[in-house]
Amino acid sequence: MTKRASDVSVSPPRRRSKYILAPLVLIAANVVLFSLFFVWPAVLGLIYSFTNYTGVGAFQFVGLDNYHNLVGDSTFYDALTRTLLYAVLFVPLNFGLSLLAANLVVNKHAKGASVARVIFFIPWLLSPIVVGVLWRWLFGENFGLVNYVIEQFGGSAVPWQSNADLSLIVVVMAASWAWTGFSMLLFIAAIKNVPVSYYEAAALDGAGPWRQFISITLPSIAPTSFIVILLNTINAMKEYPVFVALNNGGPGTSNNLLVQYIYETGFKRGQIGYASAASFVLMLILMAVAIIQLIVNRRVENR
Amino acid sequence: MPRPADAGPGGTVSKSSKNSNKRSRGAAGGGIRRAVSATTLLWIMACLYGLPVLWFILSSLKPSSDLFSYPLTLVPRNPTLSGFKTAWESANFSQYFINTAIVCVITTIVTVGVSCCTGYALAKYDNRWLKAFFLCILATTMLPSEVMLAPEFLVVRNLGLYNSFAGIILPAVLTATGCFMFRQFFLTVPDELVEAARIDGARELSIFLRIMVPLSRPIMLTLAILSFQWRWNDYIWPLLMLNDPNKFTVQIGIQSIVGAQNINWSVLLGASVISMIPLILVFLVFQRYVMGADINAGLKD
Repeated sequence: MTKRASDVSVSPPRRRSKYILAPLVLIAANVVLFSLFFVWPAVLGLIYSFTNYTGVGAFQFVGLDNYHNLVGDSTFYDALTRTLLYAVLFVPLNFGLSLLAANLVVNKHAKGASVARVIFFIPWLLSPIVVGVLWRWLFGENFGLVNYVIEQFGGSAVPWQSNADLSLIVVVMAASWAWTGFSMLLFIAAIKNVPVSYYEAAALDGAGPWRQFISITLPSIAPTSFIVILLNTINAMKEYPVFVALNNGGPGTSNNLLVQYIYETGFKRGQIGYASAASFVLMLILMAVAIIQLIVNRRVENR
Repeated sequence: MPRPADAGPGGTVSKSSKNSNKRSRGAAGGGIRRAVSATTLLWIMACLYGLPVLWFILSSLKPSSDLFSYPLTLVPRNPTLSGFKTAWESANFSQYFINTAIVCVITTIVTVGVSCCTGYALAKYDNRWLKAFFLCILATTMLPSEVMLAPEFLVVRNLGLYNSFAGIILPAVLTATGCFMFRQFFLTVPDELVEAARIDGARELSIFLRIMVPLSRPIMLTLAILSFQWRWNDYIWPLLMLNDPNKFTVQIGIQSIVGAQNINWSVLLGASVISMIPLILVFLVFQRYVMGADINAGLKD
């Protein structure tokens, strides 16, 4: 990439000594921000997770007590399992929908694809809070459009808000709907990069559209698929605003997810130390997700 | 779009027909069938994605007395803007709107500037410590701010930025996506351009300001749009940072209507739709930059 210049021009040692001030000035602002708002909080968070800090006053080191208590904390456990369940439902649904949308949009037979692409993309522009409000309006039990349509077709109103599992499913649908546009853009770019000759060769061999999709498109866009799955998993693990606006983690507290749990313990009950420990559990999960996907990705690419 | 059209799995050659005549006929017949099915599927899906927004916006045009009147009608019988008017006037919503606009614009300008400088340094200078810093920047994508809510809050409070716009703006400026986008762009700019300017006696920073910054205008625009969207839609960080209702942002305002004992749907719908307007406008104007954005791994606000 940038090898050319360094190969021809000045020798590396002189070059290095020559330009120190300029790059330093250029990155100075980001270095300060990085130290203040990333390194400092990260270190502080790790330290606090071993204390009983409440946000004000003195605190004591309590060793691994916070982590020990988390294991036996049924509220934390519920939030964790609910978050994992949410991710397990959201990631494949979003993956499928956005892949389908991308394929339809690039399909030469589909009419009006450029308009449809904008329609798919608009939900991504809406804030998570507005997405929550919008789906709350659609899925209201007594007044929502969805129940109204169900009743028009002779069904009975579905308890979208008062049944914990149904209200989780509504959030899964809302979030998938909102994130489709973004994942779709990534898929469109990847699909466009698949060499046309592959499809021509497959067509000559008599492969149908479905067969071509399975044997050519899917393997060719594998790296993008991994990025989409990775980003969506991380997004799912830290979801909060959609829940808050759609059903406020309800009914009751049954759909309180991890970030909401961290927020409530840390800021509503002032247990900063305990909340920090919960944060680090979340961080470990995110890192595990990233590492697993990196390994799988490498294995697939080497095959 | 010539490429995607060709890339579409459109071969409908049957295994038996090797005859070119037959093949073209088969393709034509299959083409029409496939066109119908692909278009139908596309538009069924587009309706599923578009209808919720359409229903939401049309509902916001109904007078509050009509909101719950059966039978539900898609198009308002007596359309009115009173919902917007009440929302705008009640609960300081216009103030929230201005606050959010200030925060978004400042954050966006600073983010673009800082990311451009960093991205250029990472692309055009090779020092060992620059490479190390690049890894540091990438590390921030691994640790989303949601994970560090409590300690980050305490740091910003210790800096004396609690309950100020600066407390929302400054932590948001550090973005791996921005640095990464600019780095990728500057890597594609030939080094010869920098070398030639050096030979002409230009100094490092003026090369950056006079040559590189103007070149990167499309990336600036793309990141500006993304950054504006992130900040406009941000909820949890402003919620933590602000306790003065006069400084609230739009999203907090909307959520406070949702959190009320009895939701005033007329106000809520009006407020929500108003909050959508700036982003929809920005998107419609700059659509091609968003759609063509070279968004890649590590995308995070």
